[in-house]
Amino acid sequence: MNAISPDLTFDLAATSLRELNAALHAATGESNARRWRVLNPNGRHAVAVGINAPLTVEIEGHVGYYCAGMNAEASVIIHGNAGVGLAENMMSGFVHVRGDASQAAGATGHGGLLVIDGNASARCGISMKGIDIVVKGSVGHMSAFMGQSGSLIVLGDAGEALGDSLYEAKLFVRGSVKSLGADCIEKELRDEHKALLAEKLKAAGLEGTVDVSAFKRYGSARQLYNFHVDNASAY
Amino acid sequence: MTAHSNVPRTPPRFSATFDPATLAEIRRAAATGIYDIRGGGTKRKVPHFDDLLFLGASMSRYPLEGYREKCGTEVVLGTRFAKKPITLKTPVTIAGMSFGALSAQAKEALGRGASTVGTSTTTGDGGMTPEERGQSQTLVYQYLPSRYGMNPVDLRKADAIEIVIGQGAKPGGGGMLLGQKISDRVAAMRNLPKGIDQRSACRHPDWTGPDDLEIKIEELREITDWEKPIYVKVGASRPYYDIALAVKAGADVVVLDGMQGGTAATQDVFIENVGLPILAAIRPAVQALQDLGMHRKVQLIVSGGIRSGADVAKALALGADAVAIGTAALVALGDNDPQYEDEYQALGTTAGAYDDWHEGLDPAGITTQDPALSARLDPVKAGRRLANYLSVMTLEAQTIARACGKSHVHNLEPEDLVALTVEAAAMAGVPLAGTSWIPGRTGGY
Ligand SMILES: Cc1cc2nc3c(=O)[nH]c(=O)nc-3n(C[C@H](O)[C@H](O)[C@H](O)COP(=O)(O)O)c2cc1C
Repeated sequence: MNAISPDLTFDLAATSLRELNAALHAATGESNARRWRVLNPNGRHAVAVGINAPLTVEIEGHVGYYCAGMNAEASVIIHGNAGVGLAENMMSGFVHVRGDASQAAGATGHGGLLVIDGNASARCGISMKGIDIVVKGSVGHMSAFMGQSGSLIVLGDAGEALGDSLYEAKLFVRGSVKSLGADCIEKELRDEHKALLAEKLKAAGLEGTVDVSAFKRYGSARQLYNFHVDNASAY
Repeated sequence: MTAHSNVPRTPPRFSATFDPATLAEIRRAAATGIYDIRGGGTKRKVPHFDDLLFLGASMSRYPLEGYREKCGTEVVLGTRFAKKPITLKTPVTIAGMSFGALSAQAKEALGRGASTVGTSTTTGDGGMTPEERGQSQTLVYQYLPSRYGMNPVDLRKADAIEIVIGQGAKPGGGGMLLGQKISDRVAAMRNLPKGIDQRSACRHPDWTGPDDLEIKIEELREITDWEKPIYVKVGASRPYYDIALAVKAGADVVVLDGMQGGTAATQDVFIENVGLPILAAIRPAVQALQDLGMHRKVQLIVSGGIRSGADVAKALALGADAVAIGTAALVALGDNDPQYEDEYQALGTTAGAYDDWHEGLDPAGITTQDPALSARLDPVKAGRRLANYLSVMTLEAQTIARACGKSHVHNLEPEDLVALTVEAAAMAGVPLAGTSWIPGRTGGY
């Protein structure tokens, strides 16, 4: 027997999105119905957004834009692909997509962990502000654009202009990088970075399966931090 | 030799094209290699509300008695979808200005002044401060491309959400806050290192275009359980289409900011050359709402150079539901006050012309993060001044509305107006004074 009380199931073919999200918002951390299942998401946008409690939500299928947007504390697992802006502005908690994610996954996220089993499209981690993102596949162009803090870990390859106009986000890529964006440079991978990588990979369930020294580290050259006329071509 | 002295001399003559200000700017550019950045709005003269007059009542319409007969000023915003629309006692709201651009004291004073008269204030790029939330009875939370400080806790504390697509001072431009103003507190709120130039993106990171915006609005409504009015703010550039698209995307309220609108820091070339004066933008915006059957259902807030109750009345007569003020509110708090003339002189300027708001050296303690300078602004007294000023604007608008025979300021209409110039007549769609001629009324925008 499962220690947790029976699953709460919402079939979006029969129940409205509004009812689902309202119920998720009304749930408290203490409520014993802690595992939620969402059936037939059928690409709906804004599924399981704005949760503010340590719930576990499993979504059986593909979701549209902004799934798990602004998530706080909850674990949201998507057994499918996710549309634009997956877990955008996430504050804390855990979001895991078993398939691929579209553009702007983890955009502006402040905290928590986003794991993408497949590939992420363009602008993964754009404007990230503290979130950790682990992508098992590859990421598209302009990923981590203006990334402020947090880490983006890519086991596959990165597209063009990785880390353009980067602030202090830490980027790690195991495969190839098509090109680096303005003010993004390769940096030495020291032991402290390997430790960080190991910790994040462990949190993503990849402990012991990935060699951390196979990654390259990228970060900000900090040349655009204060305007200088000689850098005008980069603006 | 002496023969020459009898010949009339041509006095030195400045070129209208290469006037002294232009020459100075060329020299400044040549010396520094960087464009001029400043605060404030358009400084050149553009067609504005001054070019319109009210006709007042006489034989064909009768006026209302001042002080005795009621003239309503309340406005309800967000009636389309929001479960909790906002009711304001005056149609004059405080525009979004960021903590970072403004001191914490200035933000608090704005909240105090606005709350006293029953109107709203708005956050800005940089998030919500407790001082501001605490002192603002009604607070609109801006959702900007940078998303600095954006979080669901503050989102739920807000009374309305304003999705910023653009600003009148710089339609199509991002923001910047120069390193001098990135104090520890500002840096922490924005998750940035201290002292660096903070650039704000000009496009939202997770959506592009009106179809995406519709989905974004749905997400924000779902997160906040459809309670809060959602505003969409645009700079005046293609108002007919922009307003139509904002309505299509599901906005409850549209905010339209004209080129005169203030900014905390933008390139001068942008401030002076991009976007429409608000006078030219209101009618196309209202037309879009009317064509969609949404006028007064989706409320329209306009801003950009609003200074007096007359400006308010004119904006409402052209079809707006409310106005927003930025610069004027700062002046009411004490910005550019002649009492600091010596200090303005020391900064190479003079009271009334000071616009280096990005440098963080404001003697009045408003556009600064310097603790000593910002401590000069007493939020209680400054809030009182703002409340007084907002009351005056409201009374002035009522005075005009009564003179036009209206029992509510929203009953003012274009038929109450004439224009003093051909340009203003064409832009505002009202007749040139003394004629029945409305230039350009052959349809289409
Ligand atoms: C100091 C200052 C800071 C501003 N910051 C923002 C901002 O963060 N977000 C925004 O949408 N508009 C911002 N604005 C523009 C105002 O919201 C508003 O559109 C404009 O001030 C209206 O025109 P007015 O200044 O002529 O009244 C700022 C304006 C000023 C003067």
